[in-house]
Amino acid sequence: MSTFFQTLIVGLRLGSIYALIALGYTMVYGIIRLINFAHGDFIMVGGYTVIFTIPLVLRLGAPAWVSVLAAVVVCALVGMSTELIAYRPVRKKGTNMTALITAIAMSLFLENLAQAIPVIGPNPKVSTQIFRAGGIRFGTVTMEYTTIFTLIISAVIMLVLYTFTQKTRLGRAMRCVSEDKAAATLMGINVNHTILLTFGIGSALAAVAALMYLAQYPKVYTTMGGLLGLKAFVSAVLGGIGIIPGAMLGGIVIGLVESFTTSYISSSMADTFVFLILIIVLVIKPAGILGKNVGEKV
Amino acid sequence: MVEKKTPVLETRKLGVTFGGLRAVSNFNIQIYPGELVGLIGPNGAGKTSVFNLLTGVYSPTEGTVLLDGVPLNGKKTHQFVQAGIARTFQNIRLFKEMTVLENVMVACTKDLSYGLFSASFRTPKYWQQEQKVAEKSIRLLEICGLSDVAGLPAASLPYGRQRKLEIARALATDMKVLLLDEPAAGMNPTETAELLACIQVIRKTFGIAILLIEHDMSLVMNICERIQVIDYGQTIASGSPEEIATNKRVIAAYLGE
Amino acid sequence: MNLKKTSNGYLLNTVVIVLLFTAFQILTKVKGSDGSFKLVLVPSLWQCCYLMVLACSLNLVLGFMGQLSLGHCGFMAVGAYTAALLSLACERSGFFTGKSDPMFLLVMIASFLAAGTLSALLSLLVGIPALRLKGDYLAIITLGFGMIIVNIINNLPFCGQDGLALGSAAASLYKNGLGFGSKAKVQFLWFALIVTILSLTLMFMFVRSKYGRAIRAIRDDEIAASASGVNVAGFKVLTFAYSGFFAGIAGALYACTNATLSTSSFAFTNGGILNSTFVVVMVVLGGMGSLTGSAVAAAIMFFVNYQIKNGTWVDLLPSSVKGIFEYPMLVYALVLIVVILFRPKGIFGSYEFSLQNLIPDLRRAAAQRKAARQERKEARANG
Repeated sequence: MSTFFQTLIVGLRLGSIYALIALGYTMVYGIIRLINFAHGDFIMVGGYTVIFTIPLVLRLGAPAWVSVLAAVVVCALVGMSTELIAYRPVRKKGTNMTALITAIAMSLFLENLAQAIPVIGPNPKVSTQIFRAGGIRFGTVTMEYTTIFTLIISAVIMLVLYTFTQKTRLGRAMRCVSEDKAAATLMGINVNHTILLTFGIGSALAAVAALMYLAQYPKVYTTMGGLLGLKAFVSAVLGGIGIIPGAMLGGIVIGLVESFTTSYISSSMADTFVFLILIIVLVIKPAGILGKNVGEKV
Repeated sequence: MVEKKTPVLETRKLGVTFGGLRAVSNFNIQIYPGELVGLIGPNGAGKTSVFNLLTGVYSPTEGTVLLDGVPLNGKKTHQFVQAGIARTFQNIRLFKEMTVLENVMVACTKDLSYGLFSASFRTPKYWQQEQKVAEKSIRLLEICGLSDVAGLPAASLPYGRQRKLEIARALATDMKVLLLDEPAAGMNPTETAELLACIQVIRKTFGIAILLIEHDMSLVMNICERIQVIDYGQTIASGSPEEIATNKRVIAAYLGE
Repeated sequence: MNLKKTSNGYLLNTVVIVLLFTAFQILTKVKGSDGSFKLVLVPSLWQCCYLMVLACSLNLVLGFMGQLSLGHCGFMAVGAYTAALLSLACERSGFFTGKSDPMFLLVMIASFLAAGTLSALLSLLVGIPALRLKGDYLAIITLGFGMIIVNIINNLPFCGQDGLALGSAAASLYKNGLGFGSKAKVQFLWFALIVTILSLTLMFMFVRSKYGRAIRAIRDDEIAASASGVNVAGFKVLTFAYSGFFAGIAGALYACTNATLSTSSFAFTNGGILNSTFVVVMVVLGGMGSLTGSAVAAAIMFFVNYQIKNGTWVDLLPSSVKGIFEYPMLVYALVLIVVILFRPKGIFGSYEFSLQNLIPDLRRAAAQRKAARQERKEARANG
């Protein structure tokens, strides 16, 4: 029984990291209908920023996790410049397909640019302990502090984000742009600014996710965003892409599937099950678990 | 007067429900060979829903569609078309990046029975069938006055000619009934006149039945032999243009009470 | 449609292909033992062959049918492993010994066909969700399929992460199976060329038939296609299978070229240019809806990749520029972004190369360029 709970906890923790990343995918997809393949690499950018700023932060006497603030700023800047330099010009000229290829190209670019920077290089870097070591024991089950912080922080972020999109003016503008850009323009919303803001917020979330990830798996390398981003994207699609609660739900589901397959079936088959679940859900419910099926108007 | 024949297209108690909304209910219509019937009604009355039911885009929640007395329940859209019901769309839907000729040839796919092997190795069967279909398509383009633009991409045509191309494409399916969804929408008077002429030619050449949705009342009154009026998914009147023009319920539905 | 002109075109193409092929055979006979021919040109041709077949097969689905598939290399992996395992099985059962055995040719043909067939069958499986899903959703499903295939191959004990890359399997694949060393590559170059030409021709015939018309109609407007009597579901599934068949053939060619198979070569992304992402890139760069474009883009990408890694001219560059070339993917990414910004329809758009129409095509293109220039000049004069 204790294995079960331990697996459950691991799954929830992994799931909340996926959910944070998935939120970035979902927000961008919701607003410009683009799978931002470079989003996974924003995590890598965040990871390196955290690693490089931790010594500075420690010297100032602050706890290690404060370095996430720097990561948030850097990631938001990278995300917004990606939109400005690559996506916006392509969106004006090209089709959906070319935008998608640009996203793939941006992802390749970021990964390899990182490798080409001498201080980063192709070899992994190891991070120091971010949260307090140890944990709380409930009978036979141990809940590490890292896990507790991860769960709490992601829950708070999601709640704040949800409230932001539902209640604030900017949040409403975002939802408005994602529904109908032309109408949003007519309502006096600056569409380009709103998209830029979305990229900023989404990328900042990737930075937070990077911190959570590092707290658990303290290793950064240039291609770390690849599979991590992919699974997060799967989470977003599974929950219903473009829907914020969907991303959370999808993230948790994927995290649980992965941790249970790893501990009960085989760790090398975990990815197979993750994608199998995705395929099954999409075939049954093409718009994802929470998505609404919108037929094409004839 | 129409004598006792089997109608080419007939619906019996046709209806469809979306969620709780009854878009169409108890819809009955009979169209006899060679007839031109108009289907009119205010915005949102369910006209296009009727078309979608008649072409298998929606599956009816009640009732049946019969073609030559044969029910078409459970068939898919392309099977409806192959059985003999073709349509055009309210918002023109052409294969934009293909040429005008190819647009028509796509609709001839069912005439081409050759398989993968014939296509891959270009057997004589392939050549004969392709040649036949190409000739047929060119003939249809001539009828619709489009043969001069056969090699151009469909998207490059002006609006009025795109409408005609849609009709030519529908004709290529060798249908028995042609459904036209607001063919004159967005057209200027000259284009409308040309389109009317085109429809007359088609009727004369092919002797098919046509069901027409239209907003332009003068057009409907001019060319239709029979008109059926629907509102809120239900038939409220049907008869000759003169009868419809004086029908109280129709006037009420259009002008509001 | 002018029948006479078309059949003349076929005759012309056949004659030119046969001539080129004979010339190449003679070249092989004469220069077969020459170092750079044997060690550089022939292996490069083998690599180009499978990349071309692969890119064109993806173009059927992506460019002509407009369905984004991100797991195409998964099907290639199926083909590669099927062909390699079948040839090994035949060798172990004593069906043939060594590559000079006449039975080897038979086994090779059988392996290629089996590779294509199995991969086509698996593609059918992808075709089924494709009936319900479109666009990005389908993209992510195909990506998932690709990952699952590679993951399953990884977990099969007889393929394994490096089952065919290490030990006796790889050794006998080189010695007797479908793995070709540089000498065997020269010896069997004709086979690779024939397979490639045949594959490209078959795909071209597919595109220029009712199938091609139907799937392009589906790409442009699915609802209108079904309203024109096109069985959308049927054509979609068939095209996925047809495309999968040739991905499998490409895989078999790959197995011959690189006898050490490892699943990481077929992943969604990896360090090399062979992965599902880059196949998509080839198709988009070449032009969606142009088989010529895919083939040319595949060859160009291979050439650029080869030059960046092995070209002597790279050494002559100033060291600051050379530094960039140590990260070829960085160069690709930049080139890709630039091409997309300035030529969003790809290099060839939907143009197909044709020997017969080459001169008129060139003339028309020149005239268009001239007209465009004239227009620009006038615009400048007016504005």
